Amino acid sequence: MTSTDVADAARRAVAETCEVRDPEPLDGVDGVVPGLVARPTSTQGVAAVLRAAAAHRLTVVPRGRGTKLSWGRPPTSADVLLDLGGLDRLLDHAAGDLIVAVEAGMSLADLQQQVADAGQRLCVDETVPGASVGGTLAANTSGPRRLVAGTVRDLLIGITVVRADGVVAKAGGRVVKNVAGYDLGKLMVGSFGTLAVVTEATFRLHPVPAARRWVTAPVEDARHAQRLAQEVIHSQSVPAAVEIDWPPAAGGVLTVLLEGRAAGVEARAATVRGLLGDFATESDEPPAGWSGYPWGSSGDPAERPTALKLTFVLSGLAAVLTAARELVGDVPITLSGSVGAGVVQAAIPAGTPVEAVASAVARLRETCSRHGGSAVVLDGSAAVKQAVDLWGPLPALDLMRRVKDQFDPDHRLSPGRFVGGI
Amino acid sequence: MTSTDRAGIAAVARRAAELLPDADVITDRARLRTYECDGLTHYRVTPALVVVPETATQLAAIVAACAEHGVPFVARGSGTGLSGGALPHADGVLVVTSRMRAIREVRREDQRAVVEPGVINLDVTRAATPLGYYYAPDPSSQQVCSIGGNLAENSGGAHCLKYGFTANHVLAADLVTPDGDLVTLGGAAPDSPGYDLLGAVIGSEGTLGIATSVTLRLTRLPEEVRTVLVGFESTDQAGAATSAIIAAGVLPAAIEMMDALAIEAAEAAVQCNYPAGAGAVLVIELDGAADEVAQEYDEVERLCRDHGAFEQRLATDPADRALIWKGRKSAFAAVGRISPDYIVQDGVIPRTALPEVLHAIAELSSSSGVRVANVFHAGDGNLHPLVLFDDAVEGAGAAAEEVSGAILDLCIQHGGSITGEHGVGVDKSAYMPRMYSEEDLDTMQLVRCAFDPHGISNPGKVFPTPRLCGEVPGRHKGPHPLQEAGLAEVF
Ligand SMILES: Cc1cc2nc3c(=O)[nH]c(=O)nc-3n(C[C@H](O)[C@H](O)[C@H](O)COP(=O)(O)OP(=O)(O)OC[C@H]3O[C@@H](n4cnc5c(N)ncnc54)[C@H](O)[C@@H]3O)c2cc1C
Repeated sequence: MTSTDVADAARRAVAETCEVRDPEPLDGVDGVVPGLVARPTSTQGVAAVLRAAAAHRLTVVPRGRGTKLSWGRPPTSADVLLDLGGLDRLLDHAAGDLIVAVEAGMSLADLQQQVADAGQRLCVDETVPGASVGGTLAANTSGPRRLVAGTVRDLLIGITVVRADGVVAKAGGRVVKNVAGYDLGKLMVGSFGTLAVVTEATFRLHPVPAARRWVTAPVEDARHAQRLAQEVIHSQSVPAAVEIDWPPAAGGVLTVLLEGRAAGVEARAATVRGLLGDFATESDEPPAGWSGYPWGSSGDPAERPTALKLTFVLSGLAAVLTAARELVGDVPITLSGSVGAGVVQAAIPAGTPVEAVASAVARLRETCSRHGGSAVVLDGSAAVKQAVDLWGPLPALDLMRRVKDQFDPDHRLSPGRFVGGI
Repeated sequence: MTSTDRAGIAAVARRAAELLPDADVITDRARLRTYECDGLTHYRVTPALVVVPETATQLAAIVAACAEHGVPFVARGSGTGLSGGALPHADGVLVVTSRMRAIREVRREDQRAVVEPGVINLDVTRAATPLGYYYAPDPSSQQVCSIGGNLAENSGGAHCLKYGFTANHVLAADLVTPDGDLVTLGGAAPDSPGYDLLGAVIGSEGTLGIATSVTLRLTRLPEEVRTVLVGFESTDQAGAATSAIIAAGVLPAAIEMMDALAIEAAEAAVQCNYPAGAGAVLVIELDGAADEVAQEYDEVERLCRDHGAFEQRLATDPADRALIWKGRKSAFAAVGRISPDYIVQDGVIPRTALPEVLHAIAELSSSSGVRVANVFHAGDGNLHPLVLFDDAVEGAGAAAEEVSGAILDLCIQHGGSITGEHGVGVDKSAYMPRMYSEEDLDTMQLVRCAFDPHGISNPGKVFPTPRLCGEVPGRHKGPHPLQEAGLAEVF
């Protein structure tokens, strides 16, 4: 663990803006213990913290609910851990307009509960239990339903951020259709807290469908999986999700989710069952592990499984599945995710030798990039993170650096956490 | 033009002449003038130079020359933009993509197409249809507008209520940056690692560079489509029906509204045979799996009846459907026939504010004596008020502008936007500060500075600069040349 000292004057300046405390063990950011923990309770409060931090040249790492704080690289410095848990209010739920505005520290589950009474939902799966809205944006996590609704990127219609210099800025608004000005929201999605601190977000909601049905079938091998996935995708069944579970050794399971009106769902489920073969079954309940990621919770950094996100065009599915399984022997890889969208998660167990992880990542990366995608290591042990390039080659890295330099010229926001040392 | 400007242009022209055939490096005054405006014909500027490259490499080399000599450049696709986005720069180069029209790939199994930027929107759908697919974003200019222009404007269309906008359907683009570098943003697979620079470029109206290749998501053609024309006594009823449909959990592909004046104009122009005496009509289109659509249709029919619909006409064949859409699609052009001049606005409001805002617009209209016809995307609250006037009448233009500005203010007051799909361009940049604070605009400027530190990529667009004397927002003088040619209908 690296620990951080913050000068008294600087600490006092931050403490004048909000509640401040010393770090506890759980406040570590992937092994880096922050100098202090600040917990503002509003956008203005966050702005005050960031202004104080700017004045004293403190580095700042924002935290939502801390469920993915170990993702990416450990920060090179973390003077202030900016705890956004105090920004957890619902700002506006305009049910008639199917929009909701919340503060970024609210948990995704709370948001869903708040809008559920109106028969609505934010069409984003809770893939990491307990995740906050802001963290979901910053990490751009997505689950099965991304096939129909996309990710938070596609559902976000307005955003409020606080820049590293403490300036509050908004983009977008509270209408679904809006092309006035640059779409800063998209830039923030997936930026891991390195460009600005997201404090409020407005989303487009969808009605909760009246009926849903899961159709599940075993797949024999990678080619079979690809053939079935293709058949479902090109059919007229309008699936809400097409998912795979692909354990290390053998076999696999394909699951198709259908959502809509009762009669329609029934008819479409029958069509899909027909496509998936004799062993297909239907259920009104999701299969075990639905919308979860295939790795356990992180905990001790030395004992972390390696968590990956693999993307590919749909014709590359069989190749990716094959690559994952052919590595078995030295490395048992479990895959699960959205084969309808071309985004799956992969888990390599904790304790796998670092060299084996590195060669597995290289192999998966080569396969994914051959099929138009990428292999990103989301999380892993300290040793893995040291040995492996987490993101792989990035064609536009220079432009990304220039964007970072504009937003955060002193590199004080989550320094070193993101691509290319950003 | 200063002598430095002239020298810069000459240098870029020389570079272009090394790369392109003579015919594609245009310096002749008369030919330059044919590029002086886009779909917003009121603004006209003759560019200093027009180049029509055929490849990304040529285009990049020309932009690099612009960067080297500090010469501003403006990209132009088909020139159908309605906010002056492709308005040339008098001392700059207009880079036209009309020779970059190859559809490079259409891959059914990946649900992707890769196209050059000059490719016409509808041609993507034409190429994908035999495979059971189409390109979902459908601006009504889709017979002529380019994919590059769509990307730059984040264009929508009637069906984006259900299917989303260009931003939701573009996976990757090759971009020539304002430095002249060619970079790939995004990828054929979703969620490319790193910042979503592509997300920032889409909708940036050509101010962050020029796209030279675009990877698109293709969408499965629906099994069933039902189009219904519904007559109401008032826009209040039609608005309430719209809200009720959405509240019931039905997501139609499109819900479009026209008010009495717009209906009258369309009827006179194309005899679309809309319900007689209607104060408003809705065009509702449902698509998807057959059973689902049938069920949704029953619900829509009931909700419309409950909200006062006095006539509902379901299209029974493609010809019927085309006639229903014809009335809707011809509405703008039709309004052009009942009024010598008009201003089109593109403001957006939350759907539930429709009745209130339509009343306020009616009041503005009656108190000022300026007629306003309403034709719009009701499902997502994207208004297209047509503010009618006769420029030959002294003061009429000014009165129309005042009403038009007041309508945008109404949109902003209701938490909406000044533009839902036509873009800011030169036309609405002065309104940006009413919607965004100085800090908001400054922050957007950071993105600009990262991509285009010297401000040579489509300068003077989107962000507010003082208006020059004589510039007025959004005027149309007669029909757009494309409309006249029957190639496009304003939507
Ligand atoms: C009759 C009519 C109906 C219309 N209906 C709709 C509608 O329903 N929905 C809608 O959204 N819009 C509509 N529009 C507006 C217009 O068609 C769209 O904005 C369209 O996307 C513009 O495409 P274009 O090729 O004509 O672009 P242009 O007008 O040539 O350019 C538009 C902007 O894009 C930039 N640009 C062009 N190519 C590139 C490139 N390769 N890289 C970077 N920047 C580039 C230009 O600099 C400019 O800022 C309509 C216009 C007309 C005339």
